[in-house]
Amino acid sequence: MNQPLVSCATPSTTIRQRGQHEVFCGLTSIIWLHRKVQDAFFLVVGSRTCAHLIQSAAGVMIFSEPRFATAIMEERDLAGMVDMHDELDREVARLLERRPDIRMLVLVGSCPSEVIKFDLNRAAERLDKRFGSKPRVLCYSGSGIETTFTQGEDNFLAALVRDQSVHGASDKVARLVVAGSVADVVEDQFARLLDELGLEDVVFVPGRSSERLPKIGPNTKFVLAQPYLGATAAALESLGASRINALFPLGEEGTTAWLKAIADTFGVSPARFAAVTEAPRRRALEATAHYRSALAGKRIFLFPDSQMEPSLARYLSRELDAEIIEVGSPYLHREHVAGELAMLPPGVSISEGQDVEIQIDRCRAAKPDLVVCGMGLANPFEAEGIVTKWSIEFAFTPIQGYEQAGDLAELFARPLTRKAMIAGDRSGNRRAAS
Amino acid sequence: MKLTMWTYEGPPHVGAMRIAASMKGVHYVLHAPQGDTYADLLFTMIERRQSRPPVTYTTFQARDLAGSTADVFKAACRDAAERFKPDAILVGASCTAELLQDDPAGLAKTLDVGIPVVPLELPSYQKKENWGAAETFYRLVRSFTGGQERPTEIAPNSCNILGPSALGFRNRDDVTEIQRLLAANGIDVRVVAPLGATVEDLARLPEAAFNIVLYPEIGDSAARYLKKTFGMPFVSTIPIGVGATRAFLAEVRALAGLPNEELVGEAEDRATWYARSVDSNYLTNKRVFVFGDATHAIAAARIASRELGFKVCGLGTYMREFAREVREAAEEFGIEALISDDHLDVEQAIIDARPELVLGTQMERHIAKRLRVPCAVISSPVHVQDFPARYSPQMGFEGANVIFDSWVHPLMMGLEEHLLQMFRDDFEFNDQAQASHLHGHTPEAPVSVAQEPVASEILPAAETPTGDVTWTTDAERELKKIPFFVRGKARRNTEIFAARKGIRPITVETLYDAKAHFAR
Repeated sequence: MNQPLVSCATPSTTIRQRGQHEVFCGLTSIIWLHRKVQDAFFLVVGSRTCAHLIQSAAGVMIFSEPRFATAIMEERDLAGMVDMHDELDREVARLLERRPDIRMLVLVGSCPSEVIKFDLNRAAERLDKRFGSKPRVLCYSGSGIETTFTQGEDNFLAALVRDQSVHGASDKVARLVVAGSVADVVEDQFARLLDELGLEDVVFVPGRSSERLPKIGPNTKFVLAQPYLGATAAALESLGASRINALFPLGEEGTTAWLKAIADTFGVSPARFAAVTEAPRRRALEATAHYRSALAGKRIFLFPDSQMEPSLARYLSRELDAEIIEVGSPYLHREHVAGELAMLPPGVSISEGQDVEIQIDRCRAAKPDLVVCGMGLANPFEAEGIVTKWSIEFAFTPIQGYEQAGDLAELFARPLTRKAMIAGDRSGNRRAAS
Repeated sequence: MKLTMWTYEGPPHVGAMRIAASMKGVHYVLHAPQGDTYADLLFTMIERRQSRPPVTYTTFQARDLAGSTADVFKAACRDAAERFKPDAILVGASCTAELLQDDPAGLAKTLDVGIPVVPLELPSYQKKENWGAAETFYRLVRSFTGGQERPTEIAPNSCNILGPSALGFRNRDDVTEIQRLLAANGIDVRVVAPLGATVEDLARLPEAAFNIVLYPEIGDSAARYLKKTFGMPFVSTIPIGVGATRAFLAEVRALAGLPNEELVGEAEDRATWYARSVDSNYLTNKRVFVFGDATHAIAAARIASRELGFKVCGLGTYMREFAREVREAAEEFGIEALISDDHLDVEQAIIDARPELVLGTQMERHIAKRLRVPCAVISSPVHVQDFPARYSPQMGFEGANVIFDSWVHPLMMGLEEHLLQMFRDDFEFNDQAQASHLHGHTPEAPVSVAQEPVASEILPAAETPTGDVTWTTDAERELKKIPFFVRGKARRNTEIFAARKGIRPITVETLYDAKAHFAR
């Protein structure tokens, strides 16, 4: 089941694994997407498990009126006693009656709907026609059999982009598309920096509202802000746009390389680039330095979760002097992360996919100082005395860009600091007792 | 299809996981797509378990569908048996795997893993979490007591406790409390299951004189089976509340052949005196809406009405399986039970009932927050804060003490309530302010609620005149002098009164006429 492969792209070992995957499915991405796109509603067509998953993963964020829901398939739907398309139409009508403010309805496919081959594309087209695009209706798959965690966002963005060839674009023309949802504050910082570099007609996808995308065509360049956007990149390329190859904007080095790749593409002078980035670069380095002592030389093992792992490992290794043992990723888009992998020191194990039991064995044997893993593994590891950083936070916390470089370092340093603090306190108590 | 924004129960395989995770030496091989492992974090995060739940998922992906998912299942099953060496294996399918029809039961049998395999048939598109847990527990009990002989000599005071499980609301401390209470009353508890039990323990179930079902949602079907097969009687009075605990102890002692003059443990009951003390006078007839699983909802309604002197203005459950019991209980309070798993129905019922306190689940906590009504949690589903570090049972006498504190806490204190009524224009102590002891948690509440679009959507709806009833400005102003937690009720009563008498518009006079008319 484990096949060590020597990859020619990097001097590192790649482990490909099949077995139990301890990961979220793509539906989970709805949790941040529905906050990002403020007039969209995400309707999962699935089972009670899907509904339970989103509500469990979203935890306290479930308001009584969130902008997502599940149309739960029932026995009679499966037995063919009712037409599922009629059923879906009825539930959508009920939903829109309740939420007339919705301007984009997104139908999200799940494992059960994919397995029974329920044609969501057709349903979306029909509903879009019926409502006269008010709201417009899109669809994508967030099923676990096809997508892992952040890949749900990839499929959503790809659907947004593909929508252009069906329903057209707004009047604007995009010269630069920044793809991948980042926190609003990060988006604003990037917009400011790109503006100072003199770039015009910059579009962030997804935007904060459901408005149609500006026209994307052969004159459009795009850059990925997130590493998990294989399908989105392909959709953009199919419209004629071309990708700017760059590191991902994590840490000072990543952010500078990311901005530099953009600047070079648009012919920004090195002097202007230096002038614009100088102050924020200094701030990022200064903020990161506070945490270097906590992480330097620490041995870190990353379990697969979001595909951000290669970029995180690069940042940890190069800017915080940590030692990386293994970088797990649910999927490696080799072209998009080639730059990241090339910057990892030789000897780092790269694993794609997972057999969780065997990976846990490997992790225990390596005795890491810090394990980056999901919530299903974190507390059990902690109970064994292994310090963990739960990985879902990287999807929910502003970590990209210069001003967040220190925050990103702090996310890794915090569990180690905490361990030291709590252990210290305990010995203090013992002294007091004796 | 059914539109669901929030679900009170998970799918049935989560119930099965709860049983596997409750027990020792039982492993669950679940045929499920990638992503269904989210359920692990219910145990590792919400319940804060220190180990991974004993579940192996096949986590098949789309590419496996082209090949043989049955082989994926067989490999997972074989690996799990070898790696974890359990005493028994549960095998089953999640909702997606149910569609594939790989027959985990048959596949596991052909594997011959050398340990008992208990197959589960859990119809995911019909049933839910609690049903799944009850069915799994019943299957396990049936498998491991089957063929057992009941010993001829059985001590009459021996019993088993059935029902407590992982992810159950306060089950950990309920078991401690009830075991302690039973021991003090001369009862010998043999097996507690499924929580903490092994398969050997299950085999020993028929060796006790009778069973105690603490959580019927999970233990009832197993108890009925044990009664039918081994003639074991069972106690199903739920010891939540002082009265119910007394009845429970009396029933158990009678069944064990012990005299009933004295119930040990009553000295620990402080709730009864607390509720009698004059400070609790202001609790009289406070309107309370109760919703939750059937067991906790019924128990809560009885405590509220008989032990705290509240007025139960609504009672309901999301568990259709126990609708009859809840309907019967609701009759005691002269109201109609709400049987629904649609939280929007529950929200509407709460708005209509205009309670001063809501006792419910995590979801009712959200609803109450939006409506700005005090709330306490009495039932699953719950979030991490209701798996507390401190000892906090719901059952037994100590449970009644915990309940008194936690239900009264969200209410405004008596003096505060009086002062609000007397001086309603105070700049920091006005009727928009939260109970002052809750300020620390929600300092910005009044402002943010006023600005929150969701809340304003609902609040006017709750207070808007029904139909075309009009109020004079003076009457509106007078209405505002009524404390906010009963204002909605006063408005509605006045409008009903005006409608009946054909009065338009409503004046200050009408308001006071209605008040006199409806005076208790």
